[in-house]
Amino acid sequence: MAETRRTRLYEEHLARGARMTNFAGWELPLSYADTGPTAEHRAVREAAGLFDIDHMGRYAIAGAGAERFLNGVLTADVPRVPLMRARYALLPYDDGGMVDDAFLYRLEDAWWLIVNGANRDKDLRWLRAHAGAEVELREITEETYLLALQGPAARATLARVTDADLHAVPFHALARGTVAGAPTLIAATGYAGEYGYELYFPPEHAVAVWRALLAAGAVPAGLAARDSLRLEAALPLYGHEIAAEIDPITAGLEKFVRFDKGPFIGRDRLLKRVLEGTTRRLVGLEMLDAAVPREGFAVWHGEQAAGVVTSGGKSPTLDRFIALALVTPAAAAPDTPLTVDVRGTPKRAKVVPLPFYTPAYRR
Amino acid sequence: MIPETLKYSEHHEWVRKEADTAVVGISDFAQEQLGEVVYIDLPQVGDTLTAGEVMGSVESVKSISDLYAPVSGTVTEVNDALLDEPAKINEDTYNAGWMLKVTMSAPAEYDALLTAAEYEAKLD
Repeated sequence: MAETRRTRLYEEHLARGARMTNFAGWELPLSYADTGPTAEHRAVREAAGLFDIDHMGRYAIAGAGAERFLNGVLTADVPRVPLMRARYALLPYDDGGMVDDAFLYRLEDAWWLIVNGANRDKDLRWLRAHAGAEVELREITEETYLLALQGPAARATLARVTDADLHAVPFHALARGTVAGAPTLIAATGYAGEYGYELYFPPEHAVAVWRALLAAGAVPAGLAARDSLRLEAALPLYGHEIAAEIDPITAGLEKFVRFDKGPFIGRDRLLKRVLEGTTRRLVGLEMLDAAVPREGFAVWHGEQAAGVVTSGGKSPTLDRFIALALVTPAAAAPDTPLTVDVRGTPKRAKVVPLPFYTPAYRR
Repeated sequence: MIPETLKYSEHHEWVRKEADTAVVGISDFAQEQLGEVVYIDLPQVGDTLTAGEVMGSVESVKSISDLYAPVSGTVTEVNDALLDEPAKINEDTYNAGWMLKVTMSAPAEYDALLTAAEYEAKLD
């Protein structure tokens, strides 16, 4: 059993009565005493929430071969990413399954790749194995601190503590500025289905930036809200919708796979899946009977085994129980009546279009 | 918070005796451990319960706990309000958070439940 790590904000979380949980080898807040998962979820949908996401992995990639290397391991069209912009991408295996998903940042003098906390070591090994000559690949997780400020009030909240002109930072753009005294990379990215920022700054500023953003009006939010927010927005989570056994086409992520950008790992198998179709599709389920559909629960289409739930829970915005599930094509059309086996009891559900919640910035 | 007027089961249910009826909920410790409750599965009126056996479940965002019948008997009333607002269990588990009323078939089982002091000692 590996030791559980604590972020620099551990004491700050405890001081707010956080219920701590183990996630990806880190002891992180699940929710806070004064709010709880539902209130934190609503704070992000209606105002601004602040998440400690320092567990996520960060790598810097530079050198003359960096662009070519990244274009070969990611599904994004790397050469076409403009300076100071972010792109979502997948890291496929040769067989089309997924190593991980990631955000790629094109900075002035290097590329940054932001990956799931659980995969820091695995991804680094995978990247090292494929980085050829003239590629400088370095993990920078511990050289930076990472907070996420998400929600419709994120811009106004951050504006109170930064000198950066945030109107010049559209969605998925990157900018530099000072936040509460810390030199910060401001990325207009996130994982909540809202406009917001991910902030990277020297780790010694962690407590000061955290406190300044809370003083500016952000509500501390934990992993429970982070999960229900991303579920409503149908954003995939590693270990659930992103896995070695799942390819991006099956997971409904084909728009992030750029087949016209030149060769990359997994390209042939993924193209074959697009042309021939997949045996399963990721769909949204809404429960018609009240029950919590959880990961691993079997899904039935009449008497036929149709698939499995990959993520599920209560949607605070819709006040309904929802799930993402991988099901057979015959069971994937909207309004198809299905049943979920909830610990031995069949509960009625139906297929609904994704996402469950359309982020405000996309409406 | 462990009210002295109630009795408790080893599975963290509380029981309040009203004549031959037992009113059942879960302890403050149990709701605190669970966190925000999002779903509750309760038996129906008319169901027969056997002390010590699973009678339902309570689910929070990240966990599921079985509910065990603290006494044997017949369910006479279910707190339907909890089905719509299960978070009442977190807010006020000893009052608005009551789950069931059960007509006891073996009242001696009630006497054998833990007192507040005994339950508190178990938690330490």
